[in-house]
Amino acid sequence: MPVTRGFSRRRPDSAGRLPPGQYDTGAGWPVLTAEATPRIEREAWSIGVDGLVDRPTTWTWDEVQQLPTSSYSGDIHCVTTWTKLDTVFTGVSLDTLLAAAGPQAEAAFVMAHSSTGYTTNLPLADVTDGKAWVVWEFDGKPLTAEHGGPVRLLVPHLYFWKSAKWISRLELIAQDRPGFWESNGYHDRGDPWLEQRYQGDA
Amino acid sequence: MREPAVSTDDSFASTASGVGATTWTTGRIITKDFPAPHLVRLRMHVEDRQRHWPGQHYLIRLRAPDDYTAQRSYSVASDDSDPLVEFLVERLPGGEVSEFLADVAEVGDVLELRGPIGRWFRWDTYTPALCLVGGTGVVPAVSMTRAARHHGRADLLRVVAVARTPDDLPYAEELAQAGASIVHTRESSTARPPGALTAAELAPLLEGVELAYVCGSARFAGFAEDLLVESGLDPEAIRVERFGVTG
Repeated sequence: MPVTRGFSRRRPDSAGRLPPGQYDTGAGWPVLTAEATPRIEREAWSIGVDGLVDRPTTWTWDEVQQLPTSSYSGDIHCVTTWTKLDTVFTGVSLDTLLAAAGPQAEAAFVMAHSSTGYTTNLPLADVTDGKAWVVWEFDGKPLTAEHGGPVRLLVPHLYFWKSAKWISRLELIAQDRPGFWESNGYHDRGDPWLEQRYQGDA
Repeated sequence: MREPAVSTDDSFASTASGVGATTWTTGRIITKDFPAPHLVRLRMHVEDRQRHWPGQHYLIRLRAPDDYTAQRSYSVASDDSDPLVEFLVERLPGGEVSEFLADVAEVGDVLELRGPIGRWFRWDTYTPALCLVGGTGVVPAVSMTRAARHHGRADLLRVVAVARTPDDLPYAEELAQAGASIVHTRESSTARPPGALTAAELAPLLEGVELAYVCGSARFAGFAEDLLVESGLDPEAIRVERFGVTG
């Protein structure tokens, strides 16, 4: 592609922490959702793990608080090209939830469901071994509704549409099938370092 | 959430913007003007252009001599029948891309483009719909209005455009002529006195409406969602495009 006449880099590259095509949003945290923001009370929230598991399990807010907490410190990347550096989220590792439910051998993908009906699909390998959480705190404060509170999924090594807001269910499946944005033109995996933004990207 | 309704005679539903993948192409700036000091309008000729639905957006990418790139997404203001693709860009102070487009880019320059993108926030031109948009969030409503007029289905689309003052609402004249309701919250140039949009004003416009499109700042979108629900609309019938901090 040709060089754009008159354009040059003017921002530092954040020591190589910005994936290609991303910019540092600084202190901001843009809100991007496709639907009306639901107001969910913690007492009314629950999360279930079902599908290809030995022990389908549901946790209420109080029950999930009894699990060992786990935090993520690092960067998040949105397909709309902002990256937010040095975030801290706290919740519980997906490894903890999955271990309780017992994935069956043929389970290879996860469909994450939100209480709004939003869905997003992920390879099981992308949400195990310390790579994914369900979180209820951001920077030490309760996660607000606009950012997916009371509890959202967090898969920070993939574009942030994979980190479903208002998470309510993790369904383990054998065959991949597209979730909401994936049916609407976005990439099935969404690795920001490979710039897998849209269907058709490598 | 329901899937977008797609009628069978939309011949491009399964090709261009339907399931096909978009790739990067280039476009040349044919016209550039400033509807307001902080707003630049670009009309571009796009190479290998794909058809688009009103409500969809494009990416514009700038490339430096060292191959550094910066890209942002911009809603399309034109409809598919327009030979050019029209963008309205708000110049944000410090905005890497918007400042370039406003201050440096000139007619004749070639930019990298990718689109159309987005199969959720788009209007199929058949479903009775309401657009509730704020400020520069008006752009997709302009595309929908032009598409409705082109297809002779203006009766299916209602537009409510909200801004603090007349200066904050691009395309106001075009929309008003097409029958849109213009709401100014601080300083009005219409018969309606300035003030916030109310559920009482909105409710009659929702009669028969099956889908509502909300576009604007995060603050506006939150307000608009609440008002639509308060006015009796099913939350599942609301589609939202918010813009936050970009540049």
